[in-house]
Amino acid sequence: MSHPATSTTDVLVVGGGIAGQSVCEALRDRDADLRVTMACEEPRLPFDRVSLSHLLVDGKDPEELRLRPDGWYDDHAVETVVGDPIVDLDPDAGVATLASGGAIAFAHAVLCTGSTPLLPRLPGVELPGVIPFRGPEDCRTIRRAAAAGTDVAVIGGGLLGLEAAYGVASQGARATVVHLSDRLMERQLDDPAAELLEPALRGLGVTVLLERQTRLILGPDRARGLRFADGEQLDCGLVVVAIGIRARTDLAASAGLECGRGIVVDDAMVTSHPRILAVGECAEHRGTVYGIVAPIHEQARVAAETLVVLDAAGPGMEVDHGSAGPAPGVPAEPDVGEITGGRTLYSGSILSAKLKVMGVDVVSIGDGDVPPPPGAPAADGAATSAAVHDRAAGVYRKVVVRDGRLAGAILVGDVRGHELLLDGVNNAIEVPDPLGLLADASQASPADLPDGAQVCNCNGVCKGEIVAAIEEHDLGTTQEVVARTRAGAGCGSCKPTVTEILKVVRGGRVDEATYLCPCRKQTREDLAAVTREQSLESVSELSAACGAGRDCGACKPGLAYLVSEVNDNRHREERHARFINDRVHGNIQNDGTFSVVPRMRGGVTTPSELRRIADVAERFDVPCVKVTGGQRIDLLGIQKEDLPAVWEALDMPSGHAYAKSVRTVKTCVGEQFCRFGLGDSMAAGIELEEMIEGLYTPHKVKLAVSGCPRNCAESLIKDIGLVAIEGGWEVSIGGAGAGTVRQTRLLARVDTKDEALALAIVFLQYYREHGEYLERTAPFVDRIGLDVIREHVLDPERAAALMERFRIAKAACDPDPWRERYAPATANQFSDLDGDATPIGPPDRAATLPLTRVRPTTPEAPDARA
Amino acid sequence: MPVPESFAPVMTDDRPATPSALVAAGYVAVGAVDDVPMLEGRRTTVRGRRIAVFRLPAGFAAIDADCPHAGGPLHDGLVADDCVTCPLHGWRIDLTDGTVVGEGARVGVHDVVERDGRIYVRPGAGDGIAGACAGHGDGTGACGPHADRPGARGPSLDGAAT
Repeated sequence: MSHPATSTTDVLVVGGGIAGQSVCEALRDRDADLRVTMACEEPRLPFDRVSLSHLLVDGKDPEELRLRPDGWYDDHAVETVVGDPIVDLDPDAGVATLASGGAIAFAHAVLCTGSTPLLPRLPGVELPGVIPFRGPEDCRTIRRAAAAGTDVAVIGGGLLGLEAAYGVASQGARATVVHLSDRLMERQLDDPAAELLEPALRGLGVTVLLERQTRLILGPDRARGLRFADGEQLDCGLVVVAIGIRARTDLAASAGLECGRGIVVDDAMVTSHPRILAVGECAEHRGTVYGIVAPIHEQARVAAETLVVLDAAGPGMEVDHGSAGPAPGVPAEPDVGEITGGRTLYSGSILSAKLKVMGVDVVSIGDGDVPPPPGAPAADGAATSAAVHDRAAGVYRKVVVRDGRLAGAILVGDVRGHELLLDGVNNAIEVPDPLGLLADASQASPADLPDGAQVCNCNGVCKGEIVAAIEEHDLGTTQEVVARTRAGAGCGSCKPTVTEILKVVRGGRVDEATYLCPCRKQTREDLAAVTREQSLESVSELSAACGAGRDCGACKPGLAYLVSEVNDNRHREERHARFINDRVHGNIQNDGTFSVVPRMRGGVTTPSELRRIADVAERFDVPCVKVTGGQRIDLLGIQKEDLPAVWEALDMPSGHAYAKSVRTVKTCVGEQFCRFGLGDSMAAGIELEEMIEGLYTPHKVKLAVSGCPRNCAESLIKDIGLVAIEGGWEVSIGGAGAGTVRQTRLLARVDTKDEALALAIVFLQYYREHGEYLERTAPFVDRIGLDVIREHVLDPERAAALMERFRIAKAACDPDPWRERYAPATANQFSDLDGDATPIGPPDRAATLPLTRVRPTTPEAPDARA
Repeated sequence: MPVPESFAPVMTDDRPATPSALVAAGYVAVGAVDDVPMLEGRRTTVRGRRIAVFRLPAGFAAIDADCPHAGGPLHDGLVADDCVTCPLHGWRIDLTDGTVVGEGARVGVHDVVERDGRIYVRPGAGDGIAGACAGHGDGTGACGPHADRPGARGPSLDGAAT
């Protein structure tokens, strides 16, 4: 990274801040060959100044805020000059002079000189102990002072000032915010929004003094306090000034470039000299100097395109860059073409910010219709606003409409729907019903965003790009999505949205930290590998081998499934690793009793079975008899010790209505009776259930067979659904009828019932082998992808292998665990230990449960709890 | 494996050495060692208290049988080396001291001794503390009004019957 006395480059980037880095990256995205040199004034490579407040709060090493590691600059052939400011610029000659005396000859230069903190011209502002809030050095000073218990006064109640105060308060020191205006963050927030910040400030011990004009900083040797215009004084040991920024234009001005509040640039980011561009906080575009990060990245992309065009045109050539259309938020006039030659030009940015202020979520977008500062002219025309304001909950949500179009929004405490609103402001959508929009926004999720909606405002990444990247590259974690798309790699505030989109695309499941044993951070793959390699046959062996399941034990049922699946059910069964339902073969209820559901394949029964069930219900005084959603009969409220006797009296096999296993195959009447029936759904359902019953699965699996596309058995919301159609059957998978309702996705159409059953079984086996424990088929299908599943289950060779493993596993599974009534699997499987001769009853449910037991069999029983 | 310190009362021999001495000291025989399978729990009732007895690699442990959350049967829970997870809503209870992980509540811990292949239990003096509702003072540790609080501390215990 050394540089000769005079070096030559195609593009000289002047300034090593976020803007300079962004220009380098945007340029390299478009051109790998241009020689690029970045000159950094500060003695370090670019860091993330937006995250500076983190340094203050957690004392992070500034190195951790580096935008890119050293190696990036070598890898991307970006020459860097560090700690050697450029002191002179000659645009006509194309030469920049460094403070060290060296020089850089350039074809084009981009000024990214940023801004300096605005310091008020106050008596005493030059005293020691008066600092801006700008660099890592300032953070260190503030932290040191706060740690020593020094009282800190922060002049400025804007975002930066509040961040400084938060940093001080988080160190346990007293902070006082002194603000000229009558409300905090007055440029972004109106009165009700600003008021909501006050409880959070108070909670952190930050004092706020509004409408205080500081007259002088008290000395004499160092800052000792502030005196205000009204004569009042505030004692303090450190004064942090955070009243704003000023664009750094001195280098540009001395080079003869046109400067106003910033270096004036056109829509191509070119200054008044055709070979010099400017980007970032130093640039003034259409009268606006942007002080937030998102526009910087937009400008950098435009500047990079301009540089590529200029380079292609050759040295000294004049290029008409054309002009961009109207600013975002202004509806484009029809029939006015843009002379951009397919290029992106800059038309300005909607100012928007999403941040946490004192732990409160705040979003400000565009025109918040906030009262203008005293003396400033009011905005043109009257705005229509709709707002909800809940002081108790600390929530304020407001949308602003001008001339019938969405102009801005303020969200405090509840920022749901901010992506939708930002997109609406950018596109100046028509809003006939502001209250309706407010309601819609609170319901909005990233799933509702149009593909073109920008999610990452820092790096300009749209939802569609994120979705495409996830699908194309099979991304499973937020980290992967950020790395590939750069969405969330800027300020990071959109990362939760990125995660939400990932969840939507992956069907509610994100891979981050999917540990089968969370205590030991072991995944299913890790544990399956250990099980296979060491030929382990039981949970105990697995626990001994790697510790899984020994800490809290909650994952043991998952381990038990894993061990059984890897061993094709020829594992060593250990009941301590099974949930209580699988130890006593009933479903535990809220009072510790169990439910008993006898086998009733396809939901088809007989008079004699019904008679037996009725007899059992009466004989055992069963509290509740209920027909289930899966077309079975449920006897509820059975004591554990009564289970074997109830099973014996029923003389029916288990219906498996308690396990993470194949549950029920629901059927409609079908062609046996139904005048619309196209297939024998009852017979097919019964046959299917017989083929698969008793098999454990990663999560419960519910199936249905419908005899025609009227779908009366609800096949399309089952894990596996079969539907008879004219001339064949449809097999579809991954539906869900509870929680998030999902329709199945068609796996295949086949000609015969036998093919349909075989396909259902092959998919079931694929799910058994690849599903995460407690992952239902809906998220499973989303995670794996229907195409991948088809590749496996429709390929004859793979399907045959899956079917073979299914047969082995099925042969080894227990078709009726209720036979343990004859041969208990463990000591006292259903009974208590010895104890009092007259044991007291079960826990008094009246005292512990809000629910009243339904007892339809004894409606006349007096309710003791009344 | 090393014996956790908290199991010291179970494992040390300062307890009465013979069954008759144990009974004299207030212990009650609740069954044979093999009546409780390894890493499982079984319930007993001693002097009116429902007590869950667990067989662990390091010895036996005994705590109140009813979960302080919603009265769930802790003896039916999943048992790890020194922890049980309630089968109803996944509350986790440390078997060494009866504390509920992450809840500030506690269940009663009881003395349990193995002698000559039999298990002896003596109800402890202390009651459980239902930290979230100490005001109930009914000594059961049961806490009705809070039974509806989200309790998914463990795995999804999806137990719908159909």
